[in-house]
Amino acid sequence: MSPPSTYSCRGRNVPANFLDRLRAIVLSFFLIAAFAVPALAGPFEDAVAKFANDEFSDTDEAIGLIASSGNALAFPIISALQDGRLSADPESKRVFVTGADGKIVDAATGAAVASLPAGASAVRLNNRLRRAVEAALGSLTLLSPDPAKRIAAAQQVFKSHDEAALPVIDGALAKETNKAAKSAFAEARAAILLYKSDASDAEKLESIAIIKARGDQEALALLTGLGSDAPPLVAQAASSAIAAIQSNLALWSMVQNAWYGLSLGSVLLLAAIGLAITFGVMGVINMAHGEMVMIGAYTTFVVQEVIRTSYPGLFDYSLLMAVPLAFLVAGALGVVIERSIIRFLYGRPLETLLATWGLSLVLQQAVRTAFGPTNREVGNPSWMSGAFELGQITITYNRLWILCFTLAVFAILLAMLRYTALGLEMRAVTQNRRMAASMGIATSRVDALTFGLGSGIAGIAGVALSQIDNVSPNLGQSYIIDSFMVVVFGGVGNLWGTLVGAFTLGIANKFLEPVAGAVLGKIAILVLIILFIQKRPRGLFALKGRAIEA
Amino acid sequence: MTPHVLTRSLDRSATVFLLIVAGLGVLIPLSNLLLPSGSMFQVPTYLVALFGKYVCYAILALSIDLIWGYCGILSLGHGAFFALGGYAMGMYLMRQIGSRGVYGNPVLPDFMVFLNYPELPWYWYGFDMFWFAALMVLVVPGLLAFCFGWLAFRSRVTGVYLSIITQAMTYALLLAFFRNDFGFGGNNGLTDFKDILGFNVQADGTRAALFILSCLALIVAFLICRAVVTSKLGKVLIAIRDAESRTRFLGYRVESYKLFVFTLSACMAGVAGALYVPQVGIINPGEFAPGNSIEAVIWVAVGGRGTLIGAALGAIVVNYAKTVFTSGPLAPYWLFMLGALFILVTLLLPKGIIGTFNAWYEPWSAKRLNAESAAREDGISEPKPAE
Repeated sequence: MSPPSTYSCRGRNVPANFLDRLRAIVLSFFLIAAFAVPALAGPFEDAVAKFANDEFSDTDEAIGLIASSGNALAFPIISALQDGRLSADPESKRVFVTGADGKIVDAATGAAVASLPAGASAVRLNNRLRRAVEAALGSLTLLSPDPAKRIAAAQQVFKSHDEAALPVIDGALAKETNKAAKSAFAEARAAILLYKSDASDAEKLESIAIIKARGDQEALALLTGLGSDAPPLVAQAASSAIAAIQSNLALWSMVQNAWYGLSLGSVLLLAAIGLAITFGVMGVINMAHGEMVMIGAYTTFVVQEVIRTSYPGLFDYSLLMAVPLAFLVAGALGVVIERSIIRFLYGRPLETLLATWGLSLVLQQAVRTAFGPTNREVGNPSWMSGAFELGQITITYNRLWILCFTLAVFAILLAMLRYTALGLEMRAVTQNRRMAASMGIATSRVDALTFGLGSGIAGIAGVALSQIDNVSPNLGQSYIIDSFMVVVFGGVGNLWGTLVGAFTLGIANKFLEPVAGAVLGKIAILVLIILFIQKRPRGLFALKGRAIEA
Repeated sequence: MTPHVLTRSLDRSATVFLLIVAGLGVLIPLSNLLLPSGSMFQVPTYLVALFGKYVCYAILALSIDLIWGYCGILSLGHGAFFALGGYAMGMYLMRQIGSRGVYGNPVLPDFMVFLNYPELPWYWYGFDMFWFAALMVLVVPGLLAFCFGWLAFRSRVTGVYLSIITQAMTYALLLAFFRNDFGFGGNNGLTDFKDILGFNVQADGTRAALFILSCLALIVAFLICRAVVTSKLGKVLIAIRDAESRTRFLGYRVESYKLFVFTLSACMAGVAGALYVPQVGIINPGEFAPGNSIEAVIWVAVGGRGTLIGAALGAIVVNYAKTVFTSGPLAPYWLFMLGALFILVTLLLPKGIIGTFNAWYEPWSAKRLNAESAAREDGISEPKPAE
């Protein structure tokens, strides 16, 4: 059978001899591998020497032979060819690889060479050869000793489902021991078989099952690309697989949204929880709360700067050190603010709001003067960077840690309110200030400590937020309105309200985002809260009491 | 016999205030237009526009003082009504540009051509007519305030909760107006105005006329506020401010009173915004920023909450200070100044400039009056008429 002059591959016409040649490469490679022929000096050197002929057809042959040689030098030679770093001397028929670092080695022997001979010139490529080089590199990486590279190459084949790669995949699959790589190869093989015109229906059905099990966006693209000319049985299996994958993906995107929502909710909770305490206990709206968050973030920056310059080895512990420091710095500042400003304004919540707003302007400008108006670099410690895959979604470690951290802070705070003397006093003052005072609780001391505690927690929030947001003087402002929304929505006097409020708003926000867009989603949330306040003017978890005006 | 509403609402300080505003409203434009430029007493045109801006801020401050000073509603979103009024006027001014824009489109403003709008959005219809735009300046802020207030006051959202949700309202509007597809020019806003009622907005005469109009609006707004606060309605408002529940128990429909005064105040803020835009030459979503609204509240606090005159005075004093500080070498310290102003005024000067002055002046003048009447009694020894 004479091959047609072109094949259709993924809708593109590919020159027939290109595919033929690929087969040749791969076949010859396997012949050599099967007979376990050691890389003999002779044929490899001959193949390398062909580069020096300066003929495209010889170069083509040389690429095929080298790629299938199994020689350790094959990869450097082919990649040097791709980057134009391979040069040949037509006189002596010697070929040289110039490394990326400028070192020159003899391509045939690997021996270092001092300098290129005078007649040496770069081996030329044309477009056809460039594709050959890419294919050769692809099959070389499929057999790379690094499993991660093998998997990446297999993924590439899964996407391209290039029939020519089938023999390599088959061979690699047979001797693969790494579990992840093995399944990647199996998927790549399934993708190829699905598109292979002469594969049997049974093979194709099996392939569809494997691809369905993979179940991600790429599997979906592969199956939908199958076209209508497939045999009815295969087409039916494919369409049912598509439906299954789609419903699966919809489920995962829900999970993804929920995760993003939880993540946003944890950030909101962290920022709002201190506010909820001060508002609940003292009825004070602290507009400078966001600035306490900012100060916590800048404390982290300073801690990291000190560590970077003096103790670089401790960088991974920088956050652990920053958390108590930020709590102390922001908390102390909070106590100072309470003693110097807030305590003169009790019973005048609206004036307190204005004074703390003024304070926030002063703090922002002070930080801007001290640290400059631009963003400051705060690094992620190694245990917080990176991500892992869970099913079809990616979870970054920093978000996960922040969620855990927030819940831990919440639990500690709850325990503190429940089991310590200060917590008891705080709850008493929240419920009825005058009665608490009559019972001998020093309410002004409780106020100062509460304000310090709320500010300190804001400082801790700053440490966490420095990991996911820009550390700039405006950091706090971007959270203040959202934090208020959480407190107003959740209600005061009960931390559970804040928890429910934060996660509800976070999740609602993230579920609205894909539907309405980020900004409209946010506007919708604000409008919904304004409407919600009509129904429950004191929030979700309102404190019950007999007072007419809380 | 009850005195006429005007005479009742004008005490001596109010009359002095009105005379000063009217005097400035006449003198500044006259000096700008009639005296030769370079003369010592000539007010340059840029100053006329600047003073015009202050007067608009004074109207905004009056509107805030009406609800905060007399009804205890602290709105942190009044900048939204100001900006909405400004946008209504800005839309009229945009339509007046006509085919003189960069793209020369006779109907669509430049930004719409730029953003590939196929035709004018429906909510831009009618803004080519001045009377319609002027109506919208009142209706749009008024309607928003009515709906918002109806929802909020009916369910008894008060105090800091109300402050927070008004702030959320202006924040939501800020986000919305920043969007390009919202149809109001996105973050660039509306600018590049040419004509207002056929007069060039840049011309000296137009600027002087706008200044006179702003002063007139301030006078009218002040008279309306005085009429409201000195009426029986005003007494109920003060009662609501001081003891809302008690007023409700006495049988007053607290929410209706609040709703009325909130809507009236929003309309006044809208007018202030509408006069502000042609004098400043631009309106953009930045006007919706929550910070602006809070700053406007501090003008009232500086001048004296619940004094009306103080609100106007505070707006002018604080903004003059802002102009001086932000244009000089002290610019980086302006935010320190402003922040300190917030703190110091609330801590040390809770009654503001006018309130403190009154507290100091009134006992003194009362003493003088007592002394005079005592002297009279000594001299004539007539029986004191029953009070």
